[in-house]
Amino acid sequence: MPNRFNSPTQALGAAADTLPTRAGVGLKPEHYQEILATQPNIGFFEVHAENYMVPGGPFHHYLTRIRERYALSIHGVGLSIGADASLDIEHLNALAALLARYQPQSFSEHLAWSTHGPAFLNDLLPLPYNTATLQRVCDHIDQVQSHLGRRMLLENPATYVEFAASTWDEGAFLTEVVRRAGCGLLLDVNNVHVSSVNHGRDAHATIRSMPLAQVGEIHLAGFAQQLDANGDLLLIDSHGAPVAQAVWDLYAFTLGLTGPVATLLERDNDIPAWPVLLAEANVADRQLWELRQRDERPAKVLDASQQIQNVSTVTHEVAA
Amino acid sequence: MNSQTAFANALLDPELPCPGGLTTWNGSDPATRFAVYRNNVMVSLIDALADTYPVVQELVGEEFFRAMARVFAQANPPRSRVMAYYGHDFADFLAAFPPATSVPYLADVARLEMARVRAYHAADVPPIQPETLQVALTKPEQLMSLRLVLHPSVQVIASPFAIFSLWAAHQGVLCISSVDPEQAQTALVFRDALDVDTLEITVGISKFVRALQSGLTLFDAAGAASSADPEFDLSHALAMLLRLQLISHLTTTDEYHEHTH
Repeated sequence: MPNRFNSPTQALGAAADTLPTRAGVGLKPEHYQEILATQPNIGFFEVHAENYMVPGGPFHHYLTRIRERYALSIHGVGLSIGADASLDIEHLNALAALLARYQPQSFSEHLAWSTHGPAFLNDLLPLPYNTATLQRVCDHIDQVQSHLGRRMLLENPATYVEFAASTWDEGAFLTEVVRRAGCGLLLDVNNVHVSSVNHGRDAHATIRSMPLAQVGEIHLAGFAQQLDANGDLLLIDSHGAPVAQAVWDLYAFTLGLTGPVATLLERDNDIPAWPVLLAEANVADRQLWELRQRDERPAKVLDASQQIQNVSTVTHEVAA
Repeated sequence: MNSQTAFANALLDPELPCPGGLTTWNGSDPATRFAVYRNNVMVSLIDALADTYPVVQELVGEEFFRAMARVFAQANPPRSRVMAYYGHDFADFLAAFPPATSVPYLADVARLEMARVRAYHAADVPPIQPETLQVALTKPEQLMSLRLVLHPSVQVIASPFAIFSLWAAHQGVLCISSVDPEQAQTALVFRDALDVDTLEITVGISKFVRALQSGLTLFDAAGAASSADPEFDLSHALAMLLRLQLISHLTTTDEYHEHTH
């Protein structure tokens, strides 16, 4: 069935209005006033959708003023796209209202689930990658994009366990979701690093296995670390520390394949003073600037990444 | 039972074993890794309660608070994806939580703190125009048959305990040693521009505000307040609501109820 979101140029509102290929920072209430007072030179801000699903007050006051000056990404954490139950229509309506109010350049959500029955579990929980979950995720994304009237980005998760029921690897699964549902990829480079360490994978090969031509945004964040039952390193996606050098290296590698992509510095715990976050974002911004100076998008490399995707799809079809 | 049901149940109940079907690349016990999810969920819920209830936490100490919040969270996971109001029913839990009975005012302090969260996020409604009010004041008899619609952030929290003073002492504006917890107090919570404010109010004003919020006319609300508190002074009460800019508009219809039935 042809999907009206399959081509980015056909996506409603996406072609004319996208995030700049610069660094952005997750917007925190602690920083509202300083941001408005200093008007930092930064590409965009990102907020969690659910935090702004309140009637009024300071959150809307400040976001409205910041939106007047900056590009915005709205990032959902509660849609539960990977749940084995139907999507919540009330929540979709609340999202639609929020997107209508703030007209963000990007809307994204997670390849994860977070609800069960009436309970919201407030975490991004993993799902097996197989034909059944693929169908469900694609159906849900199709429903989201139809309901919201726009293309969404789907984020790769940080995970701590794998499933015996998985028959696809994460990159092939995401490539197929993006192909079928016509959504984009929010490539969380920290999540790739965390999951690669946690599951004994090669992070560079994982990046290469992702649908890189459809990356609409990159996330960078810090992690915490502990040990698993065997004493092997287990990384926790904490969003509570500066970006690690290994993740900066993987980011540079990723940009070499994708060209410049809007990049968010995520910090949700142990939030530092605004200048500290801004300085970290500037590290990413400098790399993006250098890339933009060289070329808008390295077409040849993109072709190569597309070829790799084609190979991974074919490999999967042969294996299936 | 499907796999997400088993996963979700085990997240909330630490007595349940790690769900089946999980694998690890190095053959290590998946239970250690599953515990990361269990911990993420529980810590995020406890942190959300700690954000909303800082004074409750100070009253019982951090260790006791987090243990108590864990018991609450395990039995009461969020029912909404909007976490701002998570634990809106924490006060009822506290009132019935035996280890906390030695602090009898805890539940009412929690009600005050949740009211402050609701006021913070309440809808933005401008105060009444002074001209509108002046016109109404020229016809006092009509005025008494009008209904006053208050700002959506306005809430009254009444308690047999000194909840306002206890709360104020934890903001550093009152010395805790001067507070007699056994003294009944009523607090008015509202938003003033972008800041939430809390005031102690008399029984009469609290009855008046609640009567207005229930849709009574100014005449009936003043009557209800006077019978509850002989000291109630209507002009004083109106002046206070005007000064705090808590009157949103005047109406001849019962707007509090017309959309709800």
